[in-house]
Amino acid sequence: MHTGAADTMEAAPVPRLTLSGITKRFPAVVANDGIDLTVLPGEIHAVLGENGAGKSTLVKIVYGIVRPDAGTVCWNGEAVVIDSPAKARTLGIGMVFQQFSLFETLTVAENIALALDKSQGGRELDTQIRETSARYGLALDPRRHVHTLSVGERQRVEIVRCLLQRPDLLIMDEPTSVLTPAAIDRLFGTLRRLAGEGCSILYISHKLDEIRALCDRATVLRAGKVTGNCDPRRQSSADLARLMIGHDLPHPQHRTATARGDGLLEVHRLSLAADDPFGTDLRDIDLRVGGGEIVGIAGISGNGQRELVAALAGERPVEEADAIVINGIPAGRLDAAARRALGLCYVPEERDGHGAVPEMSLDENALLTAYGQQLVTRQGLIRRRAVRAFAKATMSRFDVMAAGPQAAARSLSGGNLQKFIVGREILQHPRVMIAAQPTWGVDIGASAEIRQALIDLRDAGVAVLLVSEELDELFEVCDKVAVMTRGCLSPVKAISDTDAEELGLLMGASFVAPEGPPAHAPPDRR
Amino acid sequence: MMIALEARLEPSRLMAWASPLLAAAATVIAGFVLFSLLGKDPVDALLVFFVDPVATRYGVGELLLKASPLMLCALGLAIGYRANVWNIGAEGQLTIGAICGGGMALWLPQLNGALLLPLMITAGAAGGMAWAAIPAWLRTRCNANEILTSLMLVYIATLALSYLVQGPWRDPEGFNFPQSSLFGDNALLPLLLPGTRLNVGFLLAVAVVAAGWLFTARTLAGFRMRVAGLAPRAASYAGISADRTVWIAMLVGGATAGIAGVGEVAGPIGQLLPSISPGYGFAAIIVAFVGRLHPLGIALASLLLSLLYLGGEAAQIALELPSAVTRLFQGMLLFFLLAADVFIGYRLRFRRSPGAIAPAAESLAR
Repeated sequence: MHTGAADTMEAAPVPRLTLSGITKRFPAVVANDGIDLTVLPGEIHAVLGENGAGKSTLVKIVYGIVRPDAGTVCWNGEAVVIDSPAKARTLGIGMVFQQFSLFETLTVAENIALALDKSQGGRELDTQIRETSARYGLALDPRRHVHTLSVGERQRVEIVRCLLQRPDLLIMDEPTSVLTPAAIDRLFGTLRRLAGEGCSILYISHKLDEIRALCDRATVLRAGKVTGNCDPRRQSSADLARLMIGHDLPHPQHRTATARGDGLLEVHRLSLAADDPFGTDLRDIDLRVGGGEIVGIAGISGNGQRELVAALAGERPVEEADAIVINGIPAGRLDAAARRALGLCYVPEERDGHGAVPEMSLDENALLTAYGQQLVTRQGLIRRRAVRAFAKATMSRFDVMAAGPQAAARSLSGGNLQKFIVGREILQHPRVMIAAQPTWGVDIGASAEIRQALIDLRDAGVAVLLVSEELDELFEVCDKVAVMTRGCLSPVKAISDTDAEELGLLMGASFVAPEGPPAHAPPDRR
Repeated sequence: MMIALEARLEPSRLMAWASPLLAAAATVIAGFVLFSLLGKDPVDALLVFFVDPVATRYGVGELLLKASPLMLCALGLAIGYRANVWNIGAEGQLTIGAICGGGMALWLPQLNGALLLPLMITAGAAGGMAWAAIPAWLRTRCNANEILTSLMLVYIATLALSYLVQGPWRDPEGFNFPQSSLFGDNALLPLLLPGTRLNVGFLLAVAVVAAGWLFTARTLAGFRMRVAGLAPRAASYAGISADRTVWIAMLVGGATAGIAGVGEVAGPIGQLLPSISPGYGFAAIIVAFVGRLHPLGIALASLLLSLLYLGGEAAQIALELPSAVTRLFQGMLLFFLLAADVFIGYRLRFRRSPGAIAPAAESLAR
């Protein structure tokens, strides 16, 4: 399967993949502008860049999903046109996407059988899956249904699905965003082993530490152009960051909390059955976030964070009023608007269609939640000047780049829209703030500003709850942290009394004993 | 050579305005072809259809008269449609409104007009709301699709009216015709233009359209209805109750349709008949969409649809075409509008080689 090119003694090996002058224009943006890239056999090659730098477009070109406007693709030294993913697979290119494409109600083997180009199944396939997964340390039971699998296990299904086709090049798009530290180590072990067998790996990420730990070479992209080629193991994270964002990284000022605010969020024995068959039941959650502190909730997504935040913010009210107390007032049965009136503000996990209405202007998106800031008369008429002033204040205070307050929310970049949403919530002078993955998919610069804004809120005495998958972020801003696993919340610890390893163990608790579907397991502590 | 649809980056504002005009033009062209195929002189036929009806003062009065119920129903529907609440049953709500309003006229024939007419209008609005409340309740309580329930209730309302005029409310001096007694002058809306049938119901419709504009564009409640339609999750995030949205949408639609029903029986008809509307409640759905769900657009679109009704009648008389020609033109208009609306979000691209993947799909994938 592997090419004979490497057999040619002494001569430099023929590159597995060579891209030259790849250009792809979209109506508003040049996603890739004359990109050159070479991947050698058995090399782990990083493509590093911020969101929107053009990484995804580039790998989609390699995998035949997007066709370039200009440039050539060479595979093992021969020019090829990859016009479909099927063609890419025939050549020996496999790709593991950031978003999995698995059917929850089917088994692992059925999911894999669906994706194979030629039809096969039954025992033979089961055996193949077992062999491949054992060989690369990717434990998988082909008979299990996908909805019972953790996110890490689902990723294994995707990887095994690619490996069954014996690829010569495996593309991994941001594979670690859903994994625990321990699972990341395991994944890296698998990837190194694959590379050792001669399979090239194109590793897409914006996480500098991972790239330095794993990759042999890195191609850095910024705004669609290559800004550097380097050996990431010999570069400091700061150097890589500079190539990636073009300037030094701002660091949030984290002082020890001094102010004591009056904001207070308390959760008492909150249990809530999931409203979605693949959701997570919340079980006996206890939590207290006091004024002037940031409490972080770590955990891999899908362990009940979404359900917890929906319950806390009032998107899904609960039966017992006392289960959620905001500033001393039982709020469990109140809806989101009533809780907002109690001083709770909230940045939801998703921007488009949840935190903001993409089709509406920034003006209107300001009105969406900030109507209580004297933006509406007592008769219910909108005070349009006040709305515009509020939107403008948000934009200038939080450095939102947009054509103006009348620009549609969807015309903003992810980072800018997120800054607008965070700013809109902060300018309502909350006493309790809930932020769910506030820097997810946001570029580094905007992330730093958002984190700083949360710290400033804390210093002003606000009770801040930060739900995040990124341990680095939690360690950077939080005073206390707890871990969410399978709908349960671990005891809250001071950030100084814990470390990434301990949190990782807590997060991975569900992976160690995956005996049953987490959503349907009976409550084990009462 | 391939023709492909390419997603626009931003929806085209120009096309959003031009699409109803394009659709109207395409309808006229299709009408031209249709008349030619039927062996009529197409130019003549189009004149009969679109120009003759409004060539006289009486004709203009008829145009505005028929536009009134369309405007009323469409405005109420549009407020719901913007919130993704699909009330298809305006025809039934109109019928119940006519029964309730007309019932007042039959029940209190001696009452002074200054009291009776407002009472009839209020009763009609209340009746329409009550009829619309049934699908609203079924939707919020049982999650039953309001499209189906509101549509089915149309037939129940029509049969209820038919029962009343053939049974308990039949005119004892009406030679057994299925119709109620004629309303007294105190139960008829005053005329606006001498020599026409146009009455103050038209002014009422215009006032309701203005109120609808104020509600949608200037009030927090109207804004929230739009949010609920565009992004349901953002609505729940902002504390906008989905049930409340359904109730407001259905009740507003029911109220305006009910008023439209009163306008018919207290206006040109002047009594209760087994059929009081030539499908105004259904045509209003077309009006709402041709009018871009915007109150001003609805006012203009209701004139267009009203013209189609008049033209259809004229075509029956002058060209000896069947009455289906009205519905045919309504259908063509909606069909062309929906087709033209594609170009708000997409543009046509002509390309040389057959690409493996349409660019629209590409930008979606990105």
